[in-house]
Amino acid sequence: MTLGLINANPVVHAKKERIARSDDPHADVDPLEIYDYVRDIRDPEHPYSLEQLSVLSEESITVDEKLGRILIMFTPTIQHCSMATVIGLCLREKLKDHFPPHFKVDIKVAPGSHANEESVNKQLNDKERVAAALENPNLRQLVDECLYSNEL
Amino acid sequence: MNFADENFELREVQKLEGHTDRVWSLAWKPTTGVDGAPAVLASCSGDKTVRIWEQSSATGSFQCKAVLEDTHNRTVRSCAWSPSGKLLATASFDATTAIWEDVGGDFTCVSTLEGHENEVKSVSWNASGSLLATCGRDKSVWIWEVLPHNEFDCVSVLQGHTQDVKMVQWHPSMDILFSCSYDNTIKVWAEDGGNDDWHCVQTLNESSSGHTSTVWALSFNASGDKMVSCSDDLTIKIWGADIMSMQSGDENAPWTHLCTLSGYHDRTIFSVHWSREGIICTGAADDAIRLFVESEESVADGPMYKLLTKKEKAHDMDVNAVLWSSTGNKLLASASDDGTVKIWELGSSSGQKKLQL
Repeated sequence: MTLGLINANPVVHAKKERIARSDDPHADVDPLEIYDYVRDIRDPEHPYSLEQLSVLSEESITVDEKLGRILIMFTPTIQHCSMATVIGLCLREKLKDHFPPHFKVDIKVAPGSHANEESVNKQLNDKERVAAALENPNLRQLVDECLYSNEL
Repeated sequence: MNFADENFELREVQKLEGHTDRVWSLAWKPTTGVDGAPAVLASCSGDKTVRIWEQSSATGSFQCKAVLEDTHNRTVRSCAWSPSGKLLATASFDATTAIWEDVGGDFTCVSTLEGHENEVKSVSWNASGSLLATCGRDKSVWIWEVLPHNEFDCVSVLQGHTQDVKMVQWHPSMDILFSCSYDNTIKVWAEDGGNDDWHCVQTLNESSSGHTSTVWALSFNASGDKMVSCSDDLTIKIWGADIMSMQSGDENAPWTHLCTLSGYHDRTIFSVHWSREGIICTGAADDAIRLFVESEESVADGPMYKLLTKKEKAHDMDVNAVLWSSTGNKLLASASDDGTVKIWELGSSSGQKKLQL
């Protein structure tokens, strides 16, 4: 574990305006609702949300409701970001019981946004690796901090 | 057996509930259905337990007879009965493999195998029950010798895979070990001269017409001259070896690619199992179970396979394991992320009759 931050000077953006959404549990799976749910996940390294660091945007999320598939593309702040897999874990954990059970969630880094794109994507979508990682107490703690830190 | 004339379908016999997290793997007890012994199935789960299910000879339904808990403190990923049925090995993300003895229905942990640096993902006994193999995320494959009084001695730590090893499986009749990995390859391991000198005798990689992504599982046909593998690359591949060479003691008889079945799966295939009667079953991340058989159009220079039937929505979530029972009442078991195990029967869809296999 390196002591210095991977990316010491991230670019921080303003938060977008929030629109109130309905609490209807039978609402279709809506990409904007999913975005609302994940935008405030805190970055593992900086006291800002994934939205503020432009790691996630509204366009990050696509849903094919007929097939039951969700694709989330996120953009790590720098090409050699070693936190990319942690961000992926945070997304998976946050969205864990959020959809009807038959929905499949694929998480990838935006094309061209990471030096080890293929390798990162493979790890993020190997559910056995994800499950084992989330059982690791150290990683678990880091993920919990990203998900449950106070409202920014 | 003639699959050409009729349509076949899988019928759900029973849904076994009890696990409180995803069920990863299954193992039928070898004495299942033989001489009146009831069918017994073990299942292992992310809830850190193993459940033992026994079929009642009176009603035919399965009940949970035992829960093996308080031993593993993380996910139990794989389980395997010894050939005699007396021992059950369980492999866990807690980096250990536990050995349980069945004493009249009470299971006691009689040994714990340590050594892997992190998650153990698979465990397999050889045909005679004299050797045990394990593998895991530390990229290694371990071979253990089974000694009297539930002692286990590590005889070899095999390095060679460059990534997480997902499954190990012994050949059904010879002491040759197969492993498959996140590194997209299948490796074949054999002993040189019987003095614990194990090494890799073959690697089936992309250039051998192998898989192009993680290989999750492999299975042998009854005669042991063919193997089927399944992968994250959405294909299953059939491999063959020269049975005559193998039987005359040449453990290095090479495996060659015979056939690739693609276009049938659109999500990762986690499990594949070849029944004694030649039906290949797959369990995949699209919640479906598929059955394949050799096609009548198979030609001299290579077998061809066709889809016999597909059970969509076999489970509510990913199917992690499929397993034919080995004897007696012909059943198929499946395990899923939805936390359940299901028992299936293969029958003809034209009539009521159950397929006599």
